[in-house]
Parts: sequence; C-alpha cells; structure tokens
Amino acid sequence: MEILMAFVIGILFMSATYLMLSKSLLRIIIGTGLLSHGAHLLILTMGGLKRGSAPLLGEHAEHYTDPLPQALILTAIVISFGVTAFFLVLAYRSYQELGTDNVEDMKGTEPND
Amino acid sequence: MTNLIILPILIPLFTGVVLIFLNKRITGQRVVAIFSSIGTMIAAGVIVQKVRTDGIQSLNVSSWDAPFGITLVSDMFSALLVLITSIIAFACLIYSFKSIGQEREKYYYYAVFNFLLVGVNGAFTTGDIFNLFVFFEVMLMSSYVLLVLGGTKIQLRESIKYLLVNVISSALFVVAVAYLYSVVGTLNMAHISSRINEISVNGMPGILTVIAVLFLIVFGLKGAIFPLYFWMPGSYYAPPAPVLTLFGALLTKVGVYSITRTYTLFFYHDMDAFGILTILAILSIVFGVIGAIAYWDIKNIIIYNIIIAVGVILYGVSVLNTASLTGAVYYLIHDMLIKAALFLLVGIVITITGTSNLRNISGLITRYPGLGWTFFIAALALAGIPPLSGFVGKLLIVQGGFEGESFIGGFITLMSSLLVLFSVMKIFINGFWGKDRTYGGEEKAPVKQLLIAPAILVAISALYGIGSEFILPYISQAADTLLNPKLYIDAVLKE
Repeated sequence: MEILMAFVIGILFMSATYLMLSKSLLRIIIGTGLLSHGAHLLILTMGGLKRGSAPLLGEHAEHYTDPLPQALILTAIVISFGVTAFFLVLAYRSYQELGTDNVEDMKGTEPND
Repeated sequence: MTNLIILPILIPLFTGVVLIFLNKRITGQRVVAIFSSIGTMIAAGVIVQKVRTDGIQSLNVSSWDAPFGITLVSDMFSALLVLITSIIAFACLIYSFKSIGQEREKYYYYAVFNFLLVGVNGAFTTGDIFNLFVFFEVMLMSSYVLLVLGGTKIQLRESIKYLLVNVISSALFVVAVAYLYSVVGTLNMAHISSRINEISVNGMPGILTVIAVLFLIVFGLKGAIFPLYFWMPGSYYAPPAPVLTLFGALLTKVGVYSITRTYTLFFYHDMDAFGILTILAILSIVFGVIGAIAYWDIKNIIIYNIIIAVGVILYGVSVLNTASLTGAVYYLIHDMLIKAALFLLVGIVITITGTSNLRNISGLITRYPGLGWTFFIAALALAGIPPLSGFVGKLLIVQGGFEGESFIGGFITLMSSLLVLFSVMKIFINGFWGKDRTYGGEEKAPVKQLLIAPAILVAISALYGIGSEFILPYISQAADTLLNPKLYIDAVLKE
C-alpha cells in the first residue's frame, strides 16, 4: 500500500514541479496546491498505513491508526489554506495593478517604481 | 515563575490581538506597541539571567511530559537570540513611528509587526520540530503581509516571488518532517536526538544523511545560503526601510539558527552532511562578496552582505569545535545588531536623497555629520575592526577553522573581511564625501529623530565589542550546549 502511495505522491510532486515552472501565475498556484496535497499525503503515508480503527476511543478497538500524523496534516492543511488564499488574492491584485499574469513580464528591479 | 520562557511569545501575541481593535487610533497603537516591546525586552533579559544562573530552562506546555507534549526550551543560545530580537524590534518600532506613514499604520502595520515577533521568538524557543514549522509559518505569513503592505507595483511583483519560494520551502519542510518521523517516530527535538544517537552506533544510516541534506535545503532557502539565495536580493529590495530591517536582521537568522540547531543536535555524527555545509558556507561567502562589490546600489550592497554573514556563521558551525562555535554564536548576535543598524541608516540616506543609486549621492557628511559618523562606525564594525563587535566573532571563527585544519575556509573568511570593508567604504566614500548636493526629500526628512534607532543599535554593538570580556561567559555557555547535545537532552527529558 505504501509503495502505491509513494508512486501517487511522486506523480503529484512531478505535476506540481511542472506547473510551477510554467509562465502563467494561475498554473503556478495550481502547482502549489498539488505540492501541498503531495506533502500531506506523504505525512499520512510515512506515519504508516497499517489497518486499525479510527482514532476514537469510543470504538473500543484493539488497534488504532496513528493519530499524530492526522493532527499534523490538519495543521498543515489550514496553514496551506491560509497561504493559498493570500496567494490568490495577491495574484488577483497584481493582475489589476500590473495588468498581466505572465511571470516573464514581472521582471526588472527598477528602483522606486 | 515556570512560565517565564513563554513570555516573549505571549506578550507580542497578546499585543498583536489588541492592536487589531485599535487600527484607526494611531497614537494608541504606538503606545501599546512600545510598552509591549519594552516588556518583551525585560522578559528576555530576565530569561538570559535565569538561564545563566540555573542552566537550560524547559517548559512542558499543559504539563504533558516531555516527548509527548510540546516542550519549549530556552538554552543560552535561544535566550540570547530572543533578547537581541526584542532589542532590534524596539529599534525598528521607534524608527517606524517616524517613517512608515499613516496609511500603513492604519492597515494593521503594528499588529502584523507583533505577529512577526511571535513567529521569530517562537522559532527560537520551541523544542518540537513540527512546532518549529508552525512558528516558521507564523513568521512567514506576517512577512508576506509586511512585504506587500502598501501595494506598490514593485512590492506586488516581489511578493509573488517571495511567497512562491517560501510555499515551496514550507512544503519541503513538511516532507522532511514526515521522513524524519517515519525514521525516528517522534517530533520532540531532544527525543529525536537521543533516538538518532541510538541508531547511529555503527555510523549514521544513509537515510539520515538524506534527511540532513533535506533540512539543509529547507533552512537554506529561508536563510539564503549559496545556491538558494537567488530570491533574496529582489525580495528584500521591495519593502520600506523598517520592514527591510526586520527581514534582514531576523528572518534569515532564523534559518541560520535552525540549521545550527538541527545540525548540532540531530546530525552531529554525520560528517558527510557537515562537509556539504562547509562547502556551501564557503561558496556563500564567495558569491556574497562578488555581489557586494559588484553593485552601485546601497540597498543591494547591504543585502549581499547578509549572504556573506550567513556564510561566515555557518562556516563556524560546520567546523564544530569550541572556538568556531563560540565565534559563530558571537558573530550571529553581532551581525543581527549591525545589519539592523546598517539597514536603518541606509533607509535614512534614501529618505534624504530619494534614491538608492550611489552614483547620484555625494557629500552628505557636510550637512549630516551625525549620520555620516554613525554609518562609519557601523561599517567598521561590520568588517571587524578590533575594538568593535565584528572582531572577536570572526577571530574565533578563523581560529576554529585553523584548529580544525580547514585552512581554505579560514583563509576565505579572513579575506572576505577585506572586501566587505571595501563594499561598505564604497558607500561611505562615494556617498558621504565629495561634492555637496541638494536633494528633493531633504526638507521633509526628520533625520534627527530617525537617527535615534540606528544610533542605539550601533552603541549596543560597540559596547558588545568593547565588553566582550563580560559577554563571553554567556556566549561560551551557548556554544557549550551546542557542542554537548547531552546537556540539552537531559534538560528536556529529565530522566
């Protein structure tokens, strides 16, 4: 199971890298979304995918799945939500101000503009 | 007071929350911000004294025992960094009063400023690797807002690049934590260290070297080391002077702190990873020097000097003996102070002249002697001229390098001082000497009030250099913990 997940995560990382190297800003943001999906799936996989009950004590099971990676993912998900929302608004704002979403046109370090 | 070490995190957090409600009342915001800043400084000073007398302080949040809950740990290294952070924050704050402008102040500038300090102080104090990630995000999120606040074109453009680089490095951080968790099965830094020690009896397993290099990439992206500094010159060029000062003095140093902490605590068995760190540190010095002497723009010159300093500190860490680590800690603190002072001074020059192009500036010393001589002292301190603060740190790093028989690195560190001195003297000679000119922004700039903050920082850094005999016990205590991870582990896990 872990092997399969490793391939899935690898493909997610691959697509994310490809998208983030493209010119359009929206494709880059989609790339960051895929990258965080990959990272979150990786935490889940690395915590182990052994069979066990959901981590609820009311289940009275013999084995539970590891609750720690799930807490980590939950934290990482909300953080990446916040950052992605900020990034999208930033992209929207710079589309209004700079009039382009092509990152090739966002060059230059002309002082004080 | 067992909860003492949480105060430098809690005070700015609480202040930030209060400031959100005061957003239209600028005077109120300033008063609250300045009081909380002084409070944080006092708390940080008390912590340093407490660590000096009683050893490493650790606090188990919510009283869950060490490996299971989140532990905050204040050893001398983090305590000193928290103290310096609060001093720099105070200086930036009083500089902001005169320079940042009402528009930014109304839009939560001081609130976000305080949240940035929460992130930085938290990152220095935490003893849990995932909590470190969370504090990194607190710090980065605030830095995105501070970078883009004001919304000029250059800020928008550079924020996109800065944000993208940091999103990628945060994802890599999560990946690195996931790999480390799958190998050692814990997140508490002391517990990770002792478990790595257990599985490394016959040499470090290869996977841990991979994780060590992954951590180097993650923190190197934050701390701007050699192949990963490409985002910095552009991003740091965009924001206004006090924000730039916070970034230049604090943010990259959190990356440096994290590399130092993880390498000395987790991967001290791993000579391969340390070899890579040495090479990258030396290359950072070389490339930073090339940038610093190439530019004729005063902001860019100082920005490239950050990369040089990061290289020098990490070179000291990578040699890993008593002298070099003491030197690295000493130099880290010196560099935070002096970079903050230099960025504030450069900010004043830009306010007066309206340009950062050195070719259009000359003769400032005739009308602004105070500014000129403060800059001169700061420049000499940066290069490491003996009575000032840069000297002892670099001396110890070079001494450590030669003791560790890393002659090339020691030699390059030594030579870099010369070119650092050249790069800042270029600003002094071309900008302050020469023909007197008039500038557009001159009438508006309240130079005297602006000069207070950098003058305080330069005075502290001069005292730090002259009083090194008095400071050195603190620094050696910090280096001692870095050199003996057992002290840290015992303080946290309390067997």
